[in-house]
Amino acid sequence: MTKLRNTQPALYWCGVALVAIALIALPLVLTLVGTAWVRITNLAILFTFLALGLNIVVGFAGLLDLGYIAFYAVGAYVYALLASPHFGLHLPFWIILPIGAFCACVAGALLGAPTLRLRGDYLAIVTLGFGEIVRILINNLSSPFNITNGPKGITRIDPLQIGSVEFYNSDTWLGILFTGPAKYYYILLLILMAVIVINLRLQQSRIGRAWVAIREDEVAAKSCGINTRNIKLLAFAMGASFGGIAGGMFSAIQGFVSPESFILQESIMVLSMVVLGGMGNVWGVIAGALLLSFVPELLRYTVQPAQQALFGRMLIDPEVLRMLIFGAALVLTMRFRPAGLWPESRHRQEFSGEHRT
Amino acid sequence: MSEVLLEAQDISKHFGGVQALNKVSLSIQRGEIYGLIGPNGAGKTTFFNVLTGLYTADEGRFVFDGVPLKISAPHEVAAAGIARTFQNIRLFSNMTALENVMVGRHLRTGAGIFGAILRNRATREEEDAIAQRAQELLRYVGIQRHSNILARNLAYGDQRRLEIARALATEPKLLALDEPAAGMNATETASLKRLIEALRADGNTILLIEHDVKLVMGLCDRVAVLDYGEKIAEGPPTEVQRDAKVIEAYLGGAVA
Repeated sequence: MTKLRNTQPALYWCGVALVAIALIALPLVLTLVGTAWVRITNLAILFTFLALGLNIVVGFAGLLDLGYIAFYAVGAYVYALLASPHFGLHLPFWIILPIGAFCACVAGALLGAPTLRLRGDYLAIVTLGFGEIVRILINNLSSPFNITNGPKGITRIDPLQIGSVEFYNSDTWLGILFTGPAKYYYILLLILMAVIVINLRLQQSRIGRAWVAIREDEVAAKSCGINTRNIKLLAFAMGASFGGIAGGMFSAIQGFVSPESFILQESIMVLSMVVLGGMGNVWGVIAGALLLSFVPELLRYTVQPAQQALFGRMLIDPEVLRMLIFGAALVLTMRFRPAGLWPESRHRQEFSGEHRT
Repeated sequence: MSEVLLEAQDISKHFGGVQALNKVSLSIQRGEIYGLIGPNGAGKTTFFNVLTGLYTADEGRFVFDGVPLKISAPHEVAAAGIARTFQNIRLFSNMTALENVMVGRHLRTGAGIFGAILRNRATREEEDAIAQRAQELLRYVGIQRHSNILARNLAYGDQRRLEIARALATEPKLLALDEPAAGMNATETASLKRLIEALRADGNTILLIEHDVKLVMGLCDRVAVLDYGEKIAEGPPTEVQRDAKVIEAYLGGAVA
């Protein structure tokens, strides 16, 4: 892309402008299909945040984390507690989001510290346990002091508000109707761009190289003078803070959080996005996140009509069939593209089986 | 001779009942190539691993560059100025040759997370300097034409050279090479010898573990011989070669 920018700047900027227009017009077009699709898009962007955050830990630093959704939960609950009638606090989002990111970051370091010596399967088990601890903690912190309101969750969370623009209702600007979800979409898109830039820059930095070095050979990395303890903690903390931001936005958009949203299956879903898309490649991970967010939804809307048309009645419950197709697709992808759909160049070579030692 | 760079004092290390190192003392002068030889299992690599912080010594201490070396983690040893290579090459195999050397610059550069995200002028300049220095080092060891090839796709001899370049990137005062000629053919060994000689000529101090006695004898200013974890001889190669204990260790003693 940089090459194109240098050789044919006109073409490059035309492309950028087209993509920008498409991204800006997207929610308006989707609103015509149904506001539900704008909501689905927003959720997909949230999962992209999560996948990009997890990619730092799993893709860059090579640390298998099965409890990543815990950081999403931390961010979501920090937002919920600081902007809802539950405690009667109503802080503005630009204060809460950084607090949420910071809390998640601390949680990431807390998870990272005891697991520094672990790797592979052992690390996966401990992180899995950590994810469950956070969820169970949230589920039970309703007595003796009611902090999280237990399984009932926290309701009536303040929606986003910037200046006089409120995000829960529709507005008509320049004769165009902007629904609430469409407005959230633009905010999410802005954050997404920032997150992508941060990821790309981290990847091509001194810290990014240190992460990959640890993934490749920890002993050699230490001998090169890399303080593997700090650099690993940094990976956990950075990854977690993206999860925290995603969680905060999730709270604001949904207006309701409960422990049910942070089950193990969600962690696995995010990990699948990273692995399916291509560990370590930011664009691959984004593709994986969007694919795994949209395809199940598309199936949800097509499976039932398709059966009606073919057999005249419903044979298999859409939900069951949806997961069946989904699982089969994952297995096939891993069979034929083990490094992911859009792998990082080094992973691609790693999996190609062309070895020379 | 010039002053002492590294002094090992009574280093001992045992694994269960095996005494891998027994009160080994030696001193390395600035600017020399110091060879550490001995039969298989004599404790050479153990000594290396203790020195570079991969193992902790049971007893003894190192004085490096005039100050006691506090060994608590390998990265601190590297920071103090001791860089090493490994007997079984340990490169970052899925990174390019250039990136491998750039990782070596980690220690002597400082860009943190905010520098990386903001990519301000200082970070960009540092990044350019890292890449430039890495290129220079690749040229120095003679593999600059392979700078964009993944480390694991390099020829064996070039992997050895890359490991040396990566170690040099940490700006070591002492370069510790663990069997650099292992598995090399005669031509490769000869060219490696020229590289190590060039390193000495440029003022580097080198600690060399080697099996290839001919290489050690031709290259080292002084050698120490380890056998069953004990130092049995030390001195210029020509003297050590004639030492009765050394001959016995290598060829086996007379049947008692």
